[in-house]
Amino acid sequence: MNMGLFAKMRKSASLAMTALFISSVFLSGCGNSQTSQSSGSSTDSKSTIKVGVLHSLSGTMAISEVSVKDAEMMAIDEINAKGGVLGKKLEVVTEDGASDPAVFAEKAKKLLQQDKVATVFGCWTSASRKAVLPVFESNNGLLWYPVQYEGMESSPNIFYTGAAPNQQIVPAVDWLLKNKGKKFFLIGSDYVFPRTANKIIKAELNAEGGQVVGEEYTPMGHTDYSTIINKIKEEKPDVVFNTLNGDSNVAFFKQLKDAGITSKDLITCSVSIAEEEVRGIGAENMTGQLVSWNYYQTTNTPENKTFVANYKARYGQDRVTDDPIEAAYDAVYLWAAAVEKAGSTDVDKVKEAAKGLEFKAPEGTVKIEGENQHLWKTVRIGEVQADGSIKEIWSTPDPVRPDPYLKTYDWAKGLSN
Amino acid sequence: MDTYLLQIFNGISVSSIFMLAALGLAITFGLMKIINMAHGEFIMIGAYAAYVIQNIFSQYLPASIFDFYFFIAIPASFLAAGIFGWVLERLVICHLYGRALDSILATWGVSLILQQLARSIFGAPNVDVKSPDWLNGALLIHPGLQLPYKRLFIMLMVIICMTAIYYLMYRSNYGRKIRAVMQNRAMAASLGINTRKIDAYTFAFGSGLAGIAGCALTLLGSIGPTLGTNYIVDTFMVVVLGGVGSLWGTIAGGFLIGTGNTTLEFLTDATLGKVLIFTLVIIFLQWRPKGLFTINSRSLDE
Amino acid sequence: MTTKTFFKTPANRIFFVIILLLLLAPLFLSVFRINLLGKFIAYAILALGIDLIWGYTGILSLGHGVFFGLGAYAMGMYLKMEAAHGRLPDFMSWSGLEKLPALWAPFSSPLSLALIIIIPAILAAIIGFLTFKNRIRGVYFSILSQALSLIFVILFIGQQAYTGGTNGLTGFRTMFGLPLAADNTKYLLYYAAIFFLVIVYLYCRFLVSHRLGKILMAIRDGENRVRFSGYNPAAYKIFVYVSSAVIAGIAGAIFVPQVGIISPAEMGIVPSIEMVIWVAIGGRGTLIGAVIGAILVNGLKSGISESFPEVWSYFLGLAFIIVVIFMPEGLIGLVKKYSTRIAWRVKKEKTAEKSPSIN
Repeated sequence: MNMGLFAKMRKSASLAMTALFISSVFLSGCGNSQTSQSSGSSTDSKSTIKVGVLHSLSGTMAISEVSVKDAEMMAIDEINAKGGVLGKKLEVVTEDGASDPAVFAEKAKKLLQQDKVATVFGCWTSASRKAVLPVFESNNGLLWYPVQYEGMESSPNIFYTGAAPNQQIVPAVDWLLKNKGKKFFLIGSDYVFPRTANKIIKAELNAEGGQVVGEEYTPMGHTDYSTIINKIKEEKPDVVFNTLNGDSNVAFFKQLKDAGITSKDLITCSVSIAEEEVRGIGAENMTGQLVSWNYYQTTNTPENKTFVANYKARYGQDRVTDDPIEAAYDAVYLWAAAVEKAGSTDVDKVKEAAKGLEFKAPEGTVKIEGENQHLWKTVRIGEVQADGSIKEIWSTPDPVRPDPYLKTYDWAKGLSN
Repeated sequence: MDTYLLQIFNGISVSSIFMLAALGLAITFGLMKIINMAHGEFIMIGAYAAYVIQNIFSQYLPASIFDFYFFIAIPASFLAAGIFGWVLERLVICHLYGRALDSILATWGVSLILQQLARSIFGAPNVDVKSPDWLNGALLIHPGLQLPYKRLFIMLMVIICMTAIYYLMYRSNYGRKIRAVMQNRAMAASLGINTRKIDAYTFAFGSGLAGIAGCALTLLGSIGPTLGTNYIVDTFMVVVLGGVGSLWGTIAGGFLIGTGNTTLEFLTDATLGKVLIFTLVIIFLQWRPKGLFTINSRSLDE
Repeated sequence: MTTKTFFKTPANRIFFVIILLLLLAPLFLSVFRINLLGKFIAYAILALGIDLIWGYTGILSLGHGVFFGLGAYAMGMYLKMEAAHGRLPDFMSWSGLEKLPALWAPFSSPLSLALIIIIPAILAAIIGFLTFKNRIRGVYFSILSQALSLIFVILFIGQQAYTGGTNGLTGFRTMFGLPLAADNTKYLLYYAAIFFLVIVYLYCRFLVSHRLGKILMAIRDGENRVRFSGYNPAAYKIFVYVSSAVIAGIAGAIFVPQVGIISPAEMGIVPSIEMVIWVAIGGRGTLIGAVIGAILVNGLKSGISESFPEVWSYFLGLAFIIVVIFMPEGLIGLVKKYSTRIAWRVKKEKTAEKSPSIN
């Protein structure tokens, strides 16, 4: 009796499985034929303009990238509500990079070759940007990349709306040297951004009389920092410069506090922790610690007040805005302005029109530097408050010119060849 | 000197975390021979259970008793993970006894679903569990040598869990039944033991232990949907190194990997430390494929 | 094996049809889809290697991404050297290297492409020799292979100056002088992938349909009995493990020029276990099931995740569970079951017609 029931279950389950397979094959087949129909005609002749959004919506990076995607969707909807670009509504094609560089490359190809989008907003990690870069260059596409990164790059097909190293790391180190002390301990996750950032920091410290007393990298997903904290204790640095990524930050700050070290004993400065990350770490674990960015939710501009209010109204009062979210939002408006100015979505014309373009962003006025397609941005050092917000304690008086290869710094010679 | 003493303490502390995380596996893998790749996700369930209890305390109960939430969170984590384990056993695992390799694949599927479920319910970003005040701070031996209470507390939890398992397995009627079923299922069944029931409860118990580990880990690390993936390989290595089916083996395995890892990390760096410790374990297993503590058996095909 | 006997097996006939469809696909699909299909073919080759060790020999490796990655990195290093035109590859200069490391020196010559096969073969031989001689098997081998893949991922990420770290190797321009972005090169790569799929399939079919294949299956079903019959299972297992690693390396080398990137994300634990599920869904121990499973699952993955990214995890998770518990022989098993049932029914009807007067 029991066996019979089981056999029946097995049969129906396998039937269901086959049905699922066949139907989904058909479904995906239909999807393909739809996109291939529309791919033939050029975007200019239609009533909508297709734009691509390419972020990790699944996998480990979804933590950060989903809210960046949300900001881009909000900007696109705002623009559509005001009548679109060149009188045409924007039509979004969203793709999931699944936290895997190879998938990013595949989806970028799809957006450019199959969907023929006018531009793409997307990526977060350096690995995903490096993966799609050859795709954008060989197809003459346009990518807007919204995250601070390690520099040493300036692709003609990418606009970088996050900070270059000289708009985040370099001024932070400079400020720390002047205000907090000379002995630095560098800690980071083992990947490209921390290693390159630390190379820059070491060169800068070397030139300006600072000293590196320790440099440690931990594998992604590392969970125990007791040994590294012990090493930090032994070296007694003035500043810990932190380029850890994701979950590791939570473990690091919780365990640092347990070891009896708070911001009063030892100051840390982080460049990958924004408001969103502070919530996961717990504000109580990093009150008083420093971060360096170009924008905080508390940044005092009229544009930011509306931006924060709209973002919260749209996605929930418990959501926060932060630097990459704002940079992604700016990217959409900058592209739209460039298209309006060029009168066309043609990539070369848009690039030409974008040179020197200004936008009143939530972080203040930003300007596209024509030479390297990065933004002029104000640098802000902030302190984490007990309620999880970040208070600005210092900023540059004016926006800083982007310099991804650090050409204007003597000590940086040899870093970028 | 202090640095080295503290380093020894760190080694023991990391060992205790590995032991706690691997205890559940020692039951499900060691006794039941089920490779539960979703073990990490049971740790995650325990952590989220602690998060939920914390939220209930901070929202509905007076602030004065907030600090006691952890005493509720520990059993709640055990129950939450245990119930999930029971359901999993009834739905999936019960078809997989004797098919160890297949159990790897099916439970991996379960882990994917549980991770996505956590993402749908609690959102993709990490959540914050505030540790109770009485666990903040450190035991001051002298100024250079502070032992965090949280780490001491986790060691205490390992000892309590170990004792509980020992009594349950070797001193109770229930434990005798479990061991009987695991040693000879057919014989146990013919003597009137309800093997289906024993299987389900044992698996639930092992999963519940993972839940306790998750609750403890909220003190030290991040709480997010992928929390479990950080521990899965380490815990399996602990059980395999110690010897499958031996409680003492799990303790020894956890101790060796924990202290070995921290020592190598101290001498080299975190990346190399991890690579070296795993390489050493693999080499060791070439020499003793069944791990440190082996149970001698005359059967050939296990 | 003559052509006549080859086509006697239904699996081979299905394979022939699939190859025919793949060859004709460029007539119907855009060059983007062809490029994508080329990637799936690389995965199908990889799946064949996994079927050989898992489906036929019963060794579940959860670290096959390593061999795939090694083959892919060998190809990637060659392409990178070609793109660098005798200068230092770009990521090395960011990482502070001033001259080409010795590890990279051989890759300026096309002869180095032999390393696609040699490196995975040597690594697999060493691991296989140690573990199989020492009679590590079953779940123990699976767990060890998983740790192995973790070790390799950490190493590849940590040695950024030599491997490109998490970014991996990307930014390839040409292959043997042909521009990779050109449509013609893509078609060429696609047909090359099909060519290798045929070769690897024939190799695997040859192995399993001869005496060796029988011994492999005997090892899977009762290793000790094989040993007591006077065979040395370790030798056979090492051989099949090396074969499978080499196949994975070839698959990796086919993957790289089509996708344009190889990074540690492709060789970790998660991709390694996904490879096994392709074979499980298609049907283990049939070869053709591996090919169908790899192409189908990846096709679905592209299709579904394009429209519902969050659904994919649930779908894949459920597929794992349902296939393992309810249909251990995969889709091929299902087809077999229903086709024999139909054949049986047809036969019954025929006999019924012949003898209508039973009652």
